[in-house]
This record gives sequence, structure tokens and C-alpha cells, in this order.
Amino acid sequence: MKFSRNITIGQYIYQNSLIHKLDPRVKILTTILVIISLFLIKSWFGFSIIALYLFINIFLSKVHPKFVLKGIKPLIIIIIITLIIHFFTTPGEVIYHIWILNITKEGIQRGLFIAVRLFLLIVATSWLTLTTSPIALTDGIERLLSVLKFIKVPAHEIAMMMTIALRFIPTLMEETEKIIKAQMARGADFESGNLIKRIQNFLPIIIPLFINAFHRADELAIAMEARCYRGGEGRTHYRKLMISIADQIFFITTLFVILIAYLVVL
Amino acid sequence: MGLPNPAIKKGINTLIKFSNVTHFYNDGQENKITSLSEINFEIQKGDFIAIIGANGSGKSTLAKHINGLLLPSQGDVFVENYNTKDPENIWEIRKKIGMVFQNPDNQLVATTVEDDIAFGLENIGMEEEEMKERVDWALNIVDLNELRNSEPHLLSGGQKQKVVIAGALAMHTSYLVLDEPTSMLDPKGRKEVLEITKRLNQEEKITIIYITQFMSEAAEFNKIILLDKGKIILSDYPKAIFKKVDLLIKLSLEIPQITKLARQLSENGLNIPTNILKEEEMMEYLCLYI
Repeated sequence: MKFSRNITIGQYIYQNSLIHKLDPRVKILTTILVIISLFLIKSWFGFSIIALYLFINIFLSKVHPKFVLKGIKPLIIIIIITLIIHFFTTPGEVIYHIWILNITKEGIQRGLFIAVRLFLLIVATSWLTLTTSPIALTDGIERLLSVLKFIKVPAHEIAMMMTIALRFIPTLMEETEKIIKAQMARGADFESGNLIKRIQNFLPIIIPLFINAFHRADELAIAMEARCYRGGEGRTHYRKLMISIADQIFFITTLFVILIAYLVVL
Repeated sequence: MGLPNPAIKKGINTLIKFSNVTHFYNDGQENKITSLSEINFEIQKGDFIAIIGANGSGKSTLAKHINGLLLPSQGDVFVENYNTKDPENIWEIRKKIGMVFQNPDNQLVATTVEDDIAFGLENIGMEEEEMKERVDWALNIVDLNELRNSEPHLLSGGQKQKVVIAGALAMHTSYLVLDEPTSMLDPKGRKEVLEITKRLNQEEKITIIYITQFMSEAAEFNKIILLDKGKIILSDYPKAIFKKVDLLIKLSLEIPQITKLARQLSENGLNIPTNILKEEEMMEYLCLYI
């Protein structure tokens, strides 16, 4: 069992492109708008507009489309299952009959529609995570959520948790690897037995990992306090975010595209 | 008590003062433990001090008292006339005192080197431009400019500790308290951290308080405070401390190889002082026998 040492969190791919230079807040907002529009759009024409829009965005970001497809891979089973469920469960004109199941024309239409919707949802979110570094993403989320402070959304705390999670995932992975090796050296067996047995076998890994994680949390809290950390109040940011003209043009274009996709019914 | 008085501040040289500090863990409970008792000492501007002691001697507890992470159960700690007990002063004190802890992994907060160095500056609400300048400056001092965009988990232990030190430097700290900063590092990292500590003391005039179990490291300092069971039992120059080798061994402290050799040679009848700390010095004495 071996984890890669050079693990990268998220799937960010650096490219010197227009899209990469956009403000993360703008990118997060547009992604949310696109997702919402995907649920509201009722026509194939609307979907094709959004698909074209996403395709252009990916092209402009210079990220190879294969990375986008990679993001879809793990979810392909879910897409297929939804497709099949819709085939058989939608009432309507029966076009094929197996045993007690009926495939309907409406079912096929609806299933495909939902599958395309899921597909585009994944593409839209992959586009965001492929072109925005985790740091920028965290910063963007913090700034966006801070708008919601009046309803007591703990924006800074959420962002700080994300940062610490990002920072410690590789450290904890390395530690897991060490614990696995240490337990194997003591004769632990992780590869045989039935499922329940195997899950039980992982207890000697998970327990030390948790105990160490709590120790780390304690020490980190002390170190943060020693560095004058006292919550988000009065805190400034090392990385400044600026809405440029490019951001504004991008945002307005996106709004325009979404409106066309939603309103124009052919 | 504890109010900063500018008139006094100008004239004084005593910057950190422990006065009758006693600390109990689990105060008021049955399993009360006295981890520091009646500690009295002063640290002057520009001091280069090592605090040594075996495990459980109260070294780390003492370190955490300097910037108010722990408060004395009895007695007072003053930092430039601010009392650490006064909550109003605590952030002012922490700005002045940089801390470096044992485990480099558990001190870095941000996901890149430069973001981490800026962490303290963000906390005190510094403006963006000044922050950039200070981060650049601190990176240069610890010589990590090339790694500024690296993720912490890809750095070596020594480099991680240097990032922590840079984070403290960026705050323009006047004191650096290092709590066993090298105990988890390889020999190379150990050397690097010790060297940078020396350089900061000499070039940046930063007062250093260095806590360690390694006598060989402590030998490099101007003054050593020896702790045992929460009490200061010796406070002197390294030469004077190393004369008492028997005591050090009794306290299960690790003696530098060269001092051990000097001691054995002297036991075997050679006329060599037992407190030799440097190889060159040993050479000189040995040459007398040739």
C-alpha cells in the first residue's frame, strides 16, 4: 500500500490563461449560476447553448479536455443508473417490453435529459476546480460568504477550516502510510478475510491516526495563538482579490448566455 | 501593575523577568502537579540563552509562560514591563515574542510557504503592501526565496522550522523562543536551525531563548539555565556548567562527546580540564603532550 508523496489536493492544473486569471469569486458565482440554470432549463436547445458555453470556457482555459473527462469517470455509473431508472419508471407510450418492465418513449427522453444535465453539472464544476487553485477557491468562498455575515454565516471560520484541511491532508496521508507499515511490521493483515473482517483490520490504523490528529490539532491551536490568531475579526488578507474589467465582461457574458438558454425555446 | 511606562522602558535593559513564578497543572484537584516552582530570572536585551533540562523538568512549561500561553499560578512574568496576566497586553506581548515549537508539521497553518509566513501579519491586520515587503524580507533572511510557493509537506524538517522562524521574523519580533526546535530534525536540519538562530542573534540583534535537551547545542550559547523538577538549579556560562559533569550526568542530560572524552582523559591522569566544549580546544591541550 503506497500513497503518492506528491499528492495534490483537488485537480487544479496551472495554465497561463485568461480563465485562470479571473477572480475566484466571479468563477464561483458563475458556476453556481450555471448549475441553477441547468435545473431550470427545459429544452434541448438550452442545454446545447450551455454545453457550447462550457466548451468555449474549457478551450479558453487551455486545460486539456481529457482532465474534464477524468472528472466524469467516477460518476459514470451514477449517470447510467439514473438513465436506466428513468427508462423503466416513466409512464407513457410503451416501445419495448421485457418481463414485467416497460420501456417508454417518455422514459428514454427523460432519462437522456437527466443524464445530459448531470454530465453538464460535472463539467461545470470540474471547470471551476481545474482552473482555480485551492487557495484561491478558499479565499473566494470566504469573501463571498462574508456577504452573508448578517445572517451569522461564519465565513472566516469555514475558510480557515478548509485551509487547515488542505494543509493537513498530505500530512495525514503520510502518517497513515507510516502507521500501515508499522502495523504490517507487527504482523497485521489487511488483505484477507471477508468485508467485515477487513474493515475490522483497519481499526489499528484508524485509532492511532485519530489520536495523533487530535494531538496535532492541540499543538496547532497553540502555535496559532502564539502567532496572534484570534478569529476573523480585524484580520487582513495576504492575497488581494480584485474584480477586473475582464471579470466584469466574463460575468455579463455568462448571464447573457444563461438567459438565452433559459428563455429561447425552439 | 503591568502598565507600560515609556519613561521606564527607555532606560531598562531587563526585558523579560520571571519573578517567583510557580505553576501547577490541575490546580485545585487531587492530581495537582507542580511543574515550575519559584522561578526567578531575567533576560537582557540581545541575550543568547539556552535552557536545558531532562524530560519533565518544566522547560516547555517555562517557554509557554514567556508569551502568556500559560499563566503563572503564583508570581508574575513581565515582558518589557507588560504583565502577561493582564489580558489587555497579551497580543502586544505575542507580537514581540516569536515562538518555534518542536514539531514543525504542527505549526504551519497555510498551504504555501509565503502564505504561512504572512499568517501572523494577517492576524494583526497589516496592510497588504507592507505584508508583501515583510514576507520578502523574512524569506531572504532564512534563505528560502526559491521555495516560497512550495507546499509545506514537500519541505524537509529543517526547512519547515525555517519557515516557522521566518513567520516570527516577519512580525518584527524582538525575541525568539525556540522550544526544542531540533529534536525532530536530522543532523543537517539541526545544524541549519542552530546556525540561523546564531545569525539572528548577531545580525538582527534578536534575543534568543533556546530550549534543548542536547548539551552539545547548549554549549554554543552565551548563558545556560539548567532546570530540574521545575527549579532552576544552575544559571551560568557554559564553561562553568560543564565543570559539573557529574551533576549533568545525574540529571540524565546528554554530554557532548568532546567533554566526555576530556573527562575520561582527565580521570586517567592527563592534565586536561573537564569542561572542554570545542574540538579545537581539545587539540590544543592534546598538543601539549606531543
